[in-house]
Amino acid sequence: MSTTQPPGDFPELRRLDPVLGPGHTYASVTDKIAAVVLTRPPSTGWIVGFAVSFSVVMLLFVSLAWLIIKGVGIWGINIPIGWGFAIVNFVWWIGIGHAGTLISAILFLLNQKWRTSINRFAEAMTLFAVACAGIFPLIHTGRPWMAYYMMPYPSTMGIWPQFRSPLIWDVFAVSTYATVSLLFWFVGLLPDLATLRDRAKNRTQQVIYGILSMGWRGSAHHWHRYQSAYLLLAGLATPLVLSVHTVVSFDFAIAIVPGWHTTIFPPYFVAGAIYSGFAMVLTLAIPLRKVYGLEDFITMRHLDNMAKVMLATGLIVAYGYAVEFFMAFYSGNKFDVFLAQQRLHGPYAHFYFALILCNILTPQLLWFEKVRRNIALLFVMSLVVNVGMWLERFVIVVISLTRDFMPSAWGRYSATFWDYSTFFGTIGLFVMLIFLFVRVLPAISIAEMRELVAEQSQSDEERS
Amino acid sequence: MKGHPFPIYGLLGEFLTPEQILNAATKAREAGYKHISAYTPFPVEGLAHAIGFPRTSVPLLTLIGGLGGGLSGFGLQYWCSAITYPLNIGGRPLNSWPAFIPVTFELTILGAALFAVIGMLALNKLPQPYHPVFNVERFSRATTDRFFLCIESRDAKFHLAETARFLQSVQAHHVHEVSNAE
Repeated sequence: MSTTQPPGDFPELRRLDPVLGPGHTYASVTDKIAAVVLTRPPSTGWIVGFAVSFSVVMLLFVSLAWLIIKGVGIWGINIPIGWGFAIVNFVWWIGIGHAGTLISAILFLLNQKWRTSINRFAEAMTLFAVACAGIFPLIHTGRPWMAYYMMPYPSTMGIWPQFRSPLIWDVFAVSTYATVSLLFWFVGLLPDLATLRDRAKNRTQQVIYGILSMGWRGSAHHWHRYQSAYLLLAGLATPLVLSVHTVVSFDFAIAIVPGWHTTIFPPYFVAGAIYSGFAMVLTLAIPLRKVYGLEDFITMRHLDNMAKVMLATGLIVAYGYAVEFFMAFYSGNKFDVFLAQQRLHGPYAHFYFALILCNILTPQLLWFEKVRRNIALLFVMSLVVNVGMWLERFVIVVISLTRDFMPSAWGRYSATFWDYSTFFGTIGLFVMLIFLFVRVLPAISIAEMRELVAEQSQSDEERS
Repeated sequence: MKGHPFPIYGLLGEFLTPEQILNAATKAREAGYKHISAYTPFPVEGLAHAIGFPRTSVPLLTLIGGLGGGLSGFGLQYWCSAITYPLNIGGRPLNSWPAFIPVTFELTILGAALFAVIGMLALNKLPQPYHPVFNVERFSRATTDRFFLCIESRDAKFHLAETARFLQSVQAHHVHEVSNAE
């Protein structure tokens, strides 16, 4: 920022929105963020939102209980569609879980200051999305109480997992991702938990935040090791986040099913994951900043940047779709050509066209600055992309499985009530966890905001 | 708490800005104090160096964790697939190492991340619920907007009055006595 004048109507100045509103001190950023957790009573909106999402979680519990009682036959899956909603939802959720670590790790390494106010809740979102994702493969096994079979342990039967199978890679990738994301989140939270401990007014809060903060006291020795560990974690999480969706894409790409067996899958899955993740961050950030008055911290600059990331990754995804088609025809493989035609003309063609509309056509509006700065429109756009990315996984899973090599093996798939109830149940779980999170933990990293304040005051001094 | 060798843990100087504490820490080192520590609400660049703490072994631990994770990951797969449970599938090689890379990679990251975090906490001696500096009531602002420099009483050069005067001479906003008694 080279000027302190009000932006006025000059587009070149408007583009320079600060990452932090003016006039903040160490105490004011701390007060504002900590107050959401410590002193503000829950608003009516929060209670209603929590109650609604909690009741949806009850729907999830009922669905899971019924599933365990009756088995996976209550879903619409059957031969040839063995995967169905469970895998569609798994891939969708795990994709959403990519933006958090991307924002925290990659943008941290690239020294992008604007990540500061969105990384905390993006990481929380990652954890909750991974939790939702983890439910699906587990229950899809049919006997989730046998899930430990996937782990290498010395059993009396003397058998070991098949390490050449992408499904086992998935177990390791997703559980590593969940663990490292949790560690990253917790390390980031540590100084803020100490802040909450020191500012807590009542005994319960002091004890809980006291235990969680582990006696953090901001010693320079501690900070030194802390920064070293945080930087290393960011460096480790960066290849990890790219590997996770790559491994998820291997679940498909290693198989010989037409439409799955392509080398474009890993990069295009990773781009799609980041695309849907940023869409979900926007879906959460826009209401959050409004409700808790955090417009100074999550500024237009953040929304604008996230919209640009969405546009860029959306274009990579569009490229992926184009390459899928090109390779199908270029290879001359008749099953691949047939599958491409099935996407356009088959029984699920309307899903494919809805996908193109949601994921490719609508986001082109983000080229326009007016659209990126229209918060309501941006919110709608983020929902559209979320829907689009779900459709993408549906198209990949269902069309390929219903139309494989032999016409006698073809089939149709339609989801049952329990498919939908489990899916919406996990959305309820996700929303409920987000509601809880914003009330019990600081949704924005306070320590990092103080660093921003320090930098801002330093650059103010240099200017004057 | 009777018979504590030092009834006073040290003296705590309170500062308002990162520049002030950086200056004070540098001066304290120059004045010959060895046992000093600084407490800040966010990491202040150069402060660890100023109080004489140039290196950390967290990166080394992370490397060990990563190597250990990767080697044990590959070893596990090799042992399972080639030694204890060999499956002959069309005569394909048992040690099919390319197929073992994803799990090896994931376990490398897992080992490195666990060592980085647990190592960082262990080297910092956390969790540590009690520390004498918590006895100073104003210290609660060390996690909000105040910067503290503590000169510990075990320092050979420590002298209650003189050290307090020193802290005032480097523009400490307040000087607090940190008692060792709970």
